[in-house]
Amino acid sequence: MRVLRAVIQVLAGAAVLVILYVLWFNLTNNLRAAGLPTGFDFLTQPLGVDIPGSDISPSAPIWRGLLNAVKNTLALVVVGIPLLTLIGVLVGVARLSTNWLVAKAAGLYVEILRNIPPLLIIFFVFNAVVLRFPVLQESLNISDLVIVNNRYLAMVGLTAQPNFGPFLAIMTVAMIVAAGVWWWRTRRSEQTGEHHHRFLWALGVFSAISLIGFVALGGPIGLSRPILDGRALEGGYTGLAAYWAVLAALVLYTASHVAEIVRGSILAVPRGQSEAANAIALSSFQRLRYVVLPQAMRIAIPPIISQYLNFTKNTSLAIAIGYAEMTRITFQLIGNGQPAPQMIFLLMGGYLIFSLIISLVVNVVNRRMQLVTR
Amino acid sequence: MTVEAPVFEETPPQVEPARGAMDWVRKNLFNNWYNSLLTVALAAFVIWAVVALLQGLLSADYEIIRANLRLFMVGGFPADQLWRPWAATYCWAVMFGFVGGSLAAAARDRATEAGLPYVRTTFRQILTRYWPILVLIVVILSFTTTITPTLLTVGALAAGLGSYYLGRILPRAVRRWTWLIVILLIAASYVALAGFGGVGWQGWGGLQLNLFLAFAGLLVAFPFGLLLAMGRRSSLPVIRTISVGYIELVRGVPLITVLIAGAFAVGFLVPRDVRPGVVTRMLIAIIAFEAAYIAEVVRGGLQAVPLGQVEAAQAVGLAPWKTMRLIVLPQALRATIPAMVGQFISLFKDTTLVAVLGITELLDATFIVNSQTAYLGKGLFVITLSFAALVFWVGCYTMSRESRRLERKLGVGER
Repeated sequence: MRVLRAVIQVLAGAAVLVILYVLWFNLTNNLRAAGLPTGFDFLTQPLGVDIPGSDISPSAPIWRGLLNAVKNTLALVVVGIPLLTLIGVLVGVARLSTNWLVAKAAGLYVEILRNIPPLLIIFFVFNAVVLRFPVLQESLNISDLVIVNNRYLAMVGLTAQPNFGPFLAIMTVAMIVAAGVWWWRTRRSEQTGEHHHRFLWALGVFSAISLIGFVALGGPIGLSRPILDGRALEGGYTGLAAYWAVLAALVLYTASHVAEIVRGSILAVPRGQSEAANAIALSSFQRLRYVVLPQAMRIAIPPIISQYLNFTKNTSLAIAIGYAEMTRITFQLIGNGQPAPQMIFLLMGGYLIFSLIISLVVNVVNRRMQLVTR
Repeated sequence: MTVEAPVFEETPPQVEPARGAMDWVRKNLFNNWYNSLLTVALAAFVIWAVVALLQGLLSADYEIIRANLRLFMVGGFPADQLWRPWAATYCWAVMFGFVGGSLAAAARDRATEAGLPYVRTTFRQILTRYWPILVLIVVILSFTTTITPTLLTVGALAAGLGSYYLGRILPRAVRRWTWLIVILLIAASYVALAGFGGVGWQGWGGLQLNLFLAFAGLLVAFPFGLLLAMGRRSSLPVIRTISVGYIELVRGVPLITVLIAGAFAVGFLVPRDVRPGVVTRMLIAIIAFEAAYIAEVVRGGLQAVPLGQVEAAQAVGLAPWKTMRLIVLPQALRATIPAMVGQFISLFKDTTLVAVLGITELLDATFIVNSQTAYLGKGLFVITLSFAALVFWVGCYTMSRESRRLERKLGVGER
């Protein structure tokens, strides 16, 4: 039996190695026959394509275009995840509302969005909504706060003024002081039994110090209004229309899945918990805040994080409307004659790194959750 | 010692009897100030949305869908060969009807044997379960210009119904061969489409291609997924490492990158004289991708089988592979049915991604018709994309409700 086990494993390992070798052999042969490079030296060659919404010229090296693409993917992920969490939790809770209309409307939203392909939603938002906005010259301008046209969407943003550095230092000090106050309130609560209110205390101290610093430094953060200057938008928080379309479509789609998770998790908390909370006369807010939601969260967080992973992977669908994220740039460069195997290797590697980071987070969260449960 | 039951002097909570519509409205819409506010705001929005939707629906010109309906349904299938997709449709109608009928008969027999009353599914229940499909059929038929498709559809529904009753009345000895009939009918539908001078899948498009990629992708990927799942739970470290490595690598990348690899990189990995067509390469990519997801679904099913089952099998002296085949797999696969339906739904949605590589499936078809000269620049995306959305929504919504029903029926997650 031991021999058989060893033989099977050696055979399986050898088979995989042989397959990999054959693939490698074909790959190098075919690349050479097609006159393509077999290494990664081509990354220093000029890009050869124009990237919309960036100042990278076609003569810049390829690796700079790829870095910019990673940045663009991250711009979707970093803005999208908080947004979809917010919408998903709101809709999920709304589905359990005692208000009939609110519950039904939330249910309608979830059942419609969940069952339509995300790519279709992206096409719809981009072609049926965003492209129908006015052209650049006739931009919709809401008192210089928001400027909308079918190429860009810009809104008022924040910019650093000369004294921003010192202000950052003051905020750091305020953070440390607030942490100290938090610790002090916790200890006092443990000693005297009075309610700690540590969050309000810490927030108050932090805000007070920051506000004094802000006034003393003469406003280190200023408003930056978007300005329409001929053919370009400047200042403010400006994004390509394609960016907003992908963001909106994927956030709405993923939020419908998160809403289902949230609803299921709240329903999964045993009824006895709510009844016990009622029995000790907690208010309905206290019941949610201290009894139901903490337990629902423990059930909801792992699947919600896997939705974050799905969202990250789905940002690759932006390729369909030409937003220059990782998949789009790879597709463009392959079309431009760069070697496909290497480009796809880099692309998949990039997504694998994202996935790896997210699954590390899942593992850490799961371990912490397990400590809490018995 | 007797323990006296506690006596509650308090009056039991007053359950207010329903007192008509006004009372219901007060309790469910206006029970406090913020709910009242929410109700008013939301009602205003809903009314506005419904009015805008109705206006849009009634004033729209559906010529673009009427003119391109064939493209949406079967892609570039030759017009004089349209009897082939219809023949395939009849095969599938008969198959679904027959499977439904024999499942109902099996449930009836089981109930009779156990001495339990058998509750027959009522027509009303069927209607509440499948109304979206009926709506979709009516919508699609309303875009046809001749009477033939309507007659053929009615015929297909009748054929399905007929084979349902056939499946119910056939004796058990015949029913045991249902799986063979299913395989034969599926093979027949393929022959009807591609055999004897027909069109192979390279030439398919529209909704037909979406369904083909989803069905064939899942079906072919299933055995690989099963092997990967068993490999992942194997006690042999090398096998386990290979399985885990493959599953996690594939699950870490988006499907579209696998499709791009299928389109551009697979050509570099095979000898130079092997050149499969683009749809075949997409299918291979989908199979390679789905196998990893199916492996995880099956693993979930395997984990749901209690360890005692395996131990009992070992105690009666079953060989390992017999334990797997006779004890573990039947229970595990039964538990995975709802999750497999879920996987099929997500694959059905994902088949739209081949549009990115220029294959005219349904979504791509509804997109590119907007560049026909008659409709160019008229902004008809709303109409055509809504049509595609309706098709996908009906399919996915019906299947997801069915999978939830199956889950309840099989009692998955209750053990």
